[in-house]
Amino acid sequence: MGRYTIPMLTRRTLIASALAAPAAAQVDLGFADNGLRPTTRGFPQKGEMILQRSTPPLLETPLSVFDEADFTPNDRFYVRWHYPFPLEVDPARHRLRITGHVTKPRTLSLDALARLPRVEIAAVNQCAGNGRGLFAPRMAGAQWGNGAMGNALWEGVRLKDVLALAGIKPGAVAVRASGLDAPVVDSAPDYAKSLPIDHALSDDVLIAWGMNGQPLPLLNGFPLRLVVPGWYSTYWVKMLDQIEVLDRPDDGFWMAKAYLQPANSLADVDPASPAGQRVPVTTMRPRALVTNIASGARLPARPVTPVQGVALGGDHGVAMVELSADGGTSWVPAQLGPDHGRYAFRRFRGALALPPGKHSILARATNANGVTQPLRQNWNPSGYNRAGVEAVAVEIA
Amino acid sequence: MRVLLAMAALALVAAAPPARPLAVTLPDAEGLLPERYGVSADAANNNCLACHSAAMITAQPRLTRVQWGETIAKMRTVYGAPIDPADDKAILDWLVAD
Repeated sequence: MGRYTIPMLTRRTLIASALAAPAAAQVDLGFADNGLRPTTRGFPQKGEMILQRSTPPLLETPLSVFDEADFTPNDRFYVRWHYPFPLEVDPARHRLRITGHVTKPRTLSLDALARLPRVEIAAVNQCAGNGRGLFAPRMAGAQWGNGAMGNALWEGVRLKDVLALAGIKPGAVAVRASGLDAPVVDSAPDYAKSLPIDHALSDDVLIAWGMNGQPLPLLNGFPLRLVVPGWYSTYWVKMLDQIEVLDRPDDGFWMAKAYLQPANSLADVDPASPAGQRVPVTTMRPRALVTNIASGARLPARPVTPVQGVALGGDHGVAMVELSADGGTSWVPAQLGPDHGRYAFRRFRGALALPPGKHSILARATNANGVTQPLRQNWNPSGYNRAGVEAVAVEIA
Repeated sequence: MRVLLAMAALALVAAAPPARPLAVTLPDAEGLLPERYGVSADAANNNCLACHSAAMITAQPRLTRVQWGETIAKMRTVYGAPIDPADDKAILDWLVAD
C-alpha cells in the first residue's frame, strides 16, 4: 500500500477501496489446467501477491519479485497458514513456554529472549509443496507455482541457547514447536512440528523476531518464528509460543501422518506405482529458477539473450548454475551473484545465443555437496520436494 | 566456518525484538461457490467453507470423483469437519460438474 500516495484519499479509504475492489489483475501460473489466479493488494503488510486462498491465507510471490533483489521484501514474502491465527498480538505480553523433558520449565518473554546472544542468518524459506501445480500428473493440495519461497535475513537467538535455559534432561530425542494458530474444529490436530534433538541443538536453528531488519509481518509469524535453514518451511513454526522437549519420537499428526514423502532423497516414485515407505519431508534440494523471462514469452532477436534468476542450494551452498537451450545436451555456466551464505538465494546471470524460433531454456543448480538438479522431474503423490530442472518456453521473434 | 564467524561478528547489531502491539484485518473471503451447469453448490457451501474459503476448491486441478471422495474423507477423519454423510453425494455431484 505504501507505494500509493494519493493525497485526496485517506489511508483508511484506500484500504477500504482495496478490499472492495475486484482483483487488480490475473496471472497465469503455467499449469496444464486451471492455472489462472487473481492478484491482490488487500492483505495487511503485503503488496501485490498472487491470491491462492484468502482463508486461511495462501499468498504466492510473483517470480518477477525474485528478479529484483537478493532478499525478498517482507511485503512480497509468501504466506501459508493451515489454521486461523490471532489478528492482534502484543509482543509485550507474548510468552514462549519451554516444557517437557527439561529440568526447569520456563516461560519466557521477548525481553528475556533478547538477553541471549543475538544472531542473524540469511536463509531461504520454501514451502514443501512449492511448484505443486506444475507436476504431471496433478494432485490435490495448495496449487502453488514456484513462488512459495523467499529469501530473508532472519534475526533472533539460537534455539539451543533458549533450550539451555530450561536444561535438557538426558534421553531427549526431539524438540516440538507449535504456535498460536488453532483449528476451527477442536478435534483437528494442533499444528506442531519436531526436529531431532541434535538438529535442534545445532548453531543454525534460530528463534527469530526479525526479518530483513524489521519485525516479522503478522502473516509471516509475528512476533516469533522458528528458523530452520536448509529445511522446508513446514518446520519454521510461526507465532511460536510453545517448545516441548520430547523423550520419545513425535507421533503427532503433523509428523507421523502429514508432510511425508517417499523414502528416497528425491522423493521420487512412478505415478503408477504405490508410494511405498514414507518419511518426513526434511531438507531442501538445489533449484534454479529463471526470473527475467516468463514461460511463453516472445522476445526480440538479439545476439545473445540474457537469462537470469535465482538459485538455492538446499542444505548446502550453491556451487554452480548452468544454462542450456538444447534440452540439456550442452550447458554453459552462468555467473553467480553475491554469496550471502550457504542457505541463502544466490542469483545468477548468463546468456544464450537463441536464433529466431521457439526454444526451451533450462537452468540447473548444483550445490556444494555435489548434488545437481535432475533433468527429469521427480514426482510423488503429495507433490513435495519438486527438484527437477524447470523449462522456460520462449519464442524469439 | 567463515559464515559462522561473520554471524558472530554481526550478533551485536541484530535488532531488538518488537515491543509494540500489532493488529491487522484480513480482506473478505471469496464468497460462495457458484452453481455449475445447473448443479447446486448448496451442499458444498454448507459443509466446506467453515474451515477454508472457496478458492481452496476452485483452485484444484480436475480431480476424479474418487479423488474428491478421498478429500472429503480426509477432511472428515483428519480435520474433524462435521460433514453430514447424507450430503456427500450432493457435494461430489457439484465438485465433478466442472
